[in-house]
Amino acid sequence: MMQNKKIKKDKESKNRAYLSSIIAIVVGLLFGYIVLMIANPEQATDGFIQILTGAVTNDMKGIGQVFYYATPIMLTGLSVAFAFKTGLFNIGTPGQFIVGAYAGVYVGVKFTALGPIHWIVALLAACIAGAIWALVPGVLKAFCNVNEVISAIMMNYIGMYLVNYLLKGNVDLFNTLKNESNPVADSATIPKFGLDKLFEGSAVGGGIIIAIIIVIIMYIVLNKTTFGFELKAVGFNREASKYAGINEKRGIILSMAIAGALAGIAGGLLYLGGSGKYIEVVDVLAPEGFNGISVALLGLSNPIGVAFSAIFIAYITQGGFYLQLFDFAPEIIDIIIAVIIYFSAFALILQATYSNFIKKRRNKLAERLPGKPAEQTIEVPIDELEVVEEEKEGDDV
Amino acid sequence: MDYVIEMLGIRKEFPGIVANDNITLQVKKGEIHALLGENGAGKSTLMSVLFGLYQPEKGCIKVKGKEVNIQGPLDANALGIGMVHQHFKLVHNFTVLQNIILGMETVQGGFLKMDEAREKIIALSKKYRLMVDPDAVIADISVGMQQRVEILKMLYRENEILILDEPTAVLTPQEIDELMSIMKELVKEGKSIIFITHKLNEIKEVADRCSVLRRGRYIGTVDVKTTDKEAMSEMMVGRKVNLNIEKAPAKTTDTVLKLENLKVKSKREGSTTFVVDDVNFEVKKGEIVSIAGIDGNGQSELIQAITGLMKQDGGHVYLNGEDVSHKSIRYKNTHGIGHIPEDRHRFGLVLDYSIAENAVLQEYFEPRFQKFGFLRFGKIKEQARMLIDRFDIRCGQGEKTTTRSMSGGNQQKIIIGREIDRNPDLLIAVQPTRGLDVGAIEFVHNQLVKQRDAGSGVLLVSFELDEVMNLSDRILVMFEGKIVAELDPKKTTQNELGLYMAGSEGGDDLNDAK
Repeated sequence: MMQNKKIKKDKESKNRAYLSSIIAIVVGLLFGYIVLMIANPEQATDGFIQILTGAVTNDMKGIGQVFYYATPIMLTGLSVAFAFKTGLFNIGTPGQFIVGAYAGVYVGVKFTALGPIHWIVALLAACIAGAIWALVPGVLKAFCNVNEVISAIMMNYIGMYLVNYLLKGNVDLFNTLKNESNPVADSATIPKFGLDKLFEGSAVGGGIIIAIIIVIIMYIVLNKTTFGFELKAVGFNREASKYAGINEKRGIILSMAIAGALAGIAGGLLYLGGSGKYIEVVDVLAPEGFNGISVALLGLSNPIGVAFSAIFIAYITQGGFYLQLFDFAPEIIDIIIAVIIYFSAFALILQATYSNFIKKRRNKLAERLPGKPAEQTIEVPIDELEVVEEEKEGDDV
Repeated sequence: MDYVIEMLGIRKEFPGIVANDNITLQVKKGEIHALLGENGAGKSTLMSVLFGLYQPEKGCIKVKGKEVNIQGPLDANALGIGMVHQHFKLVHNFTVLQNIILGMETVQGGFLKMDEAREKIIALSKKYRLMVDPDAVIADISVGMQQRVEILKMLYRENEILILDEPTAVLTPQEIDELMSIMKELVKEGKSIIFITHKLNEIKEVADRCSVLRRGRYIGTVDVKTTDKEAMSEMMVGRKVNLNIEKAPAKTTDTVLKLENLKVKSKREGSTTFVVDDVNFEVKKGEIVSIAGIDGNGQSELIQAITGLMKQDGGHVYLNGEDVSHKSIRYKNTHGIGHIPEDRHRFGLVLDYSIAENAVLQEYFEPRFQKFGFLRFGKIKEQARMLIDRFDIRCGQGEKTTTRSMSGGNQQKIIIGREIDRNPDLLIAVQPTRGLDVGAIEFVHNQLVKQRDAGSGVLLVSFELDEVMNLSDRILVMFEGKIVAELDPKKTTQNELGLYMAGSEGGDDLNDAK
């Protein structure tokens, strides 16, 4: 009987995790609809339908575009999610993304003698550059206990300006006319694996396949290997990891470097994709980097969840693209998309908090002592009943 | 008979478990009423019901003869019920005064008016001999002092019924004595105290009556004066508990641990003192060596230096004759050190990991638990199930239970089980029975003795004099970073030991011994 109960419980909590993601998305969409109503009430409903269906109304092209948009944010999302899982907040994805992109493009333009492995080398360069960029906050955190958020934000700006500076100073790489990087050599373009035929007219390339493979690899690394076991242990409890003989400094540095490598690959995949997108010299942090945070949130920091949430966000973005058919200013479209994404993520967090709150209320645990401040909540008399920890539910999908 | 609190026929269920089953607790005015029970016996649930945190399914609560409905701590407070939790609820960067008045600030025109409160607190602390400096910052005062602040907090709120949840768990022997006299003072003034504990000595010393719970059931209430400890522990555990440890004389063989002039500098900024100062001793296989001393005399640092959690600043550590002074923690873990750490939450467990994952925390990389870097979950679960069976670990969901959701005693069992199962040459146990009930303590003690008899060296650090006296084959007393005495438990008294611990019998005797 015990056994049955256990299984049921597991199933329930997993279902609840999926459900909460879906509810969050619905809430996000509702808020998007409200913004549409405010911007242009007459066309709000049509516009809303366009957002929801836009991506699938243009045959295979729309779907191809969804995958194209999903590729970089899937990996930056994975970067953030991986760091989360190991107890770090990698807010440095924009910097890692852009230095990765630059390294990829540099190799892609210059090292033309490499032949068929050119694109692989270029991608590896992107990966290494991203890793190095994240290494700095990682090392600072491990050895000097510097908060990785602060150092990563600083690395973002250093990365952005450094790439601008390096691009401008390099005649081979820089197209002064368009103020952006030159296209990479054909051999450095990631193969399309026939996806361009399947999704005709779209910009999708082999990047999405590589991204999905990396997602699966990271899922396995985190959940099935001793390496992932170590990294997660360090993330949960640094001191206990040290006690267990895990080199916790190495763990922190490696976690950060891997997260950076993922963001770097994201940059590489986008700019080596042969989709006509080039690194622009602008003083703006790469949005693909920050979008990774919302992707990770919506995906509950689970690699597989991240893959789906990246596709969802790309889907909405693509739908929003068609909103131009109606009388909406491009800025409004951006706002609506942002509202949907962030409210979804927000709703998810709220819901997690809320369900915890409910759980606590149900057990009457969250009540405060009279006349005592907030942190004086009653100790959970946990030794009386084995309270099922539900916070982490859905992690092991 | 007028009872100040009556809890009659209380029943509280949680999914799958009856935490309280028809429990009756009657507290007289002006008495110290001990509530005795093992971990998980239902003591905390009962108190939570009294505090309004849970609503009972059955039963009623009467305060001063009147039936009341307590909906939450606010109601409880209004009825004059106050509680000191095991882990204090204090704001660390506030002063004593600020902590006491927190939430009941006296204000005038939106500004704090502290003078009145200060006077009241000073008056209270004089009346009950609870001396504290109202302007000291909590972070700077000792745990015993912090507890006084908690008690003052209740008195300031004019609570009549005080619940003390395992108040002595964190105190030194001297502080415990002081607390006992404070408690006696309090009941003399007409307060009533519910004293939650599983230490029989303390009940014997201070309590008037004692109610015993076992596995959610009410066993009975006894008069402390006429009941002996053995009877009470039998009521609590449900079987005869042997409080005296039976062990054969130690058969020592090779030296497993040898320290040579070990030094650790204080990690406090600007401090140049040594918290472990020139420590030399040996532990042989087949003996239990205890380090006695009052908390904070360098024991933690000593152990952390041996295990490698803290860097040593001089001297050598030899393990099985090999100098491991600068070896990694993993090397020491895999070369014969087992370590039951003093803080199970900080060091012993990754609380967000399951029992299974924690069971292999130091061994996950061994071939039997991994293959080509992939964890062998089947074997890991097997290992966890084995530990659960062998060490009677009680958990809701088997090996998948998150350790955070478990009770302290069971968490400790995981650690002890894991360390003993690794069969170390040297088992270091720091406060292994802290927060455990009698049954579990007996279990831990037996395990340590068993480990000794199996040929391991055991190094025990404990603040409990009983434990040190009963368990060890040799006692080392540590005071201000130095080993000040080596005693034979058979030839020494608790009194003598206490004097050494307090540093009043200096190094002379040690020199004589040499």
